[in-house]
Amino acid sequence: MTTVVNVPPSLDDQSFEDVLRQLAPLSADAKILIDTRHVRWASPYGLVALLTLAQSRPERMSLAVPDLEETASYWARAGFFRQAEELYDLHGVYPKRVGAGAADSNVLLEITAVGKSEDVHDVVGRIQQKAQLMLRDLQLDAKATVGFAMTLSEVCQNVVEHAGRGGWVMVQTYRWTKRLGRRVVVIAVADAGVGFRQSLESAPGKEHSDRWDDAAALEDAVIRGASRFRDPGRGQGLAGVRRYLGRWEGKLAVRSGTARIAIVPNWDDDVPLAEHLPPFPGAQVQVTIPERSTQPTSPRGRGGAAQR
Amino acid sequence: MMNHIDLSTVLRQTVACALYSNLVTRPTGAAVRGQIERLLSEMGDRTLTVIDFSQVSMIDFSCADEVIAKLLLRYAEDNPPREVYFIFRGVTDEHWEAIDAVLERRGLALVVERDDGVHVAGALPDDERRAWQMVHQLGRAAVAELAGVLGEETVVAQRALDALSRRRLVMKVEDDYIVVGADRG
Repeated sequence: MTTVVNVPPSLDDQSFEDVLRQLAPLSADAKILIDTRHVRWASPYGLVALLTLAQSRPERMSLAVPDLEETASYWARAGFFRQAEELYDLHGVYPKRVGAGAADSNVLLEITAVGKSEDVHDVVGRIQQKAQLMLRDLQLDAKATVGFAMTLSEVCQNVVEHAGRGGWVMVQTYRWTKRLGRRVVVIAVADAGVGFRQSLESAPGKEHSDRWDDAAALEDAVIRGASRFRDPGRGQGLAGVRRYLGRWEGKLAVRSGTARIAIVPNWDDDVPLAEHLPPFPGAQVQVTIPERSTQPTSPRGRGGAAQR
Repeated sequence: MMNHIDLSTVLRQTVACALYSNLVTRPTGAAVRGQIERLLSEMGDRTLTVIDFSQVSMIDFSCADEVIAKLLLRYAEDNPPREVYFIFRGVTDEHWEAIDAVLERRGLALVVERDDGVHVAGALPDDERRAWQMVHQLGRAAVAELAGVLGEETVVAQRALDALSRRRLVMKVEDDYIVVGADRG
């Protein structure tokens, strides 16, 4: 018997938890159909997390593609199906080929596999070619675009250095209407490899406090810059990302295992730490940088809709 | 003798793709540092080397740690393989973000060349920074002379100069000290 897991119409880092909640009680060898037919919009996080989901299950799953042609077309332009064909049995109609010139101008980096150092060079080089677009659309200055490339490099390196298997990255801009009323640029990086807790546990001679779980591991790594390596120079990547985001009102959210930690700017009302979430292996990172604004920002209602 | 190492050239010699102009990732940084050390080993036992960033688009934190921090650590340890002094050229504000972070984390400092001359930058105790600036101002100074202008005991000035020598931020020439790159402004 096949269990159908329904994917919400708006798929982002928050609503993806619904997918994980449905999967949590299912056995490892369960036959599963991921039903995205009713999805109308997906964030970069939603798309790379769907790929990671397939990577995390021993049994190959099926995926029903979005019914809406516009959605399926966008997913194709974002490079989703090209990656998903390797991971899922796909059901439904979707564009098999994306013609030259059909790329979505909002997709700064289509879904790209990251597994080795060369991939990071490639990803950074490609995002630098889009720097002018970021300068124009988000009114960021040149310094911010360099910092953005550094941030992208560091979060991708987390996969290369710690995951033990490949992951995916995607970068996109969109207008975040309800939450922010401004354009944002979002980096999403996800893998189903070794999560933060297991990575830190592999540090030689490392002793952990009584309260040692996924949340504590995330706090150690993201807040205190801990690393599994003895070298004191390690752990600088995420610390640098935090500094950069602090200057540009950016948001960092990192999920690993059963916890999620967020560095929350003034314009957002996310919780800093969420625990006891449905389990999901590896690490999933989302970086959000808003368009520059002279207007003070305040948190808006939850469940912000977005327009591409 | 002044040597010159163009980091973008070293990067192209190091990574598989000649098109890369970014110093990103730890493996790349480790490989670049290895190539720099090979070049230094061919340059003699006491050298002044310009590390040139002019053609480097970007450096990230991990690569800055591998290339710069570990290079400085290697030649500032008690028994360095040779006496090497560095001047960093072509460092932009964008490069500096990552470089400053790793220097701060490791407690390191370096000499950077700008249009108006050389400057010391990074994590340096106040007494050492003051001593470096005064030696730079004087052009060349003996311990007693430095102590006099700083208004400190000779032993205090000597301690600061020893620390700066160990960090390869000043050179000892006979009984005097000069800052690295002093003739450059």
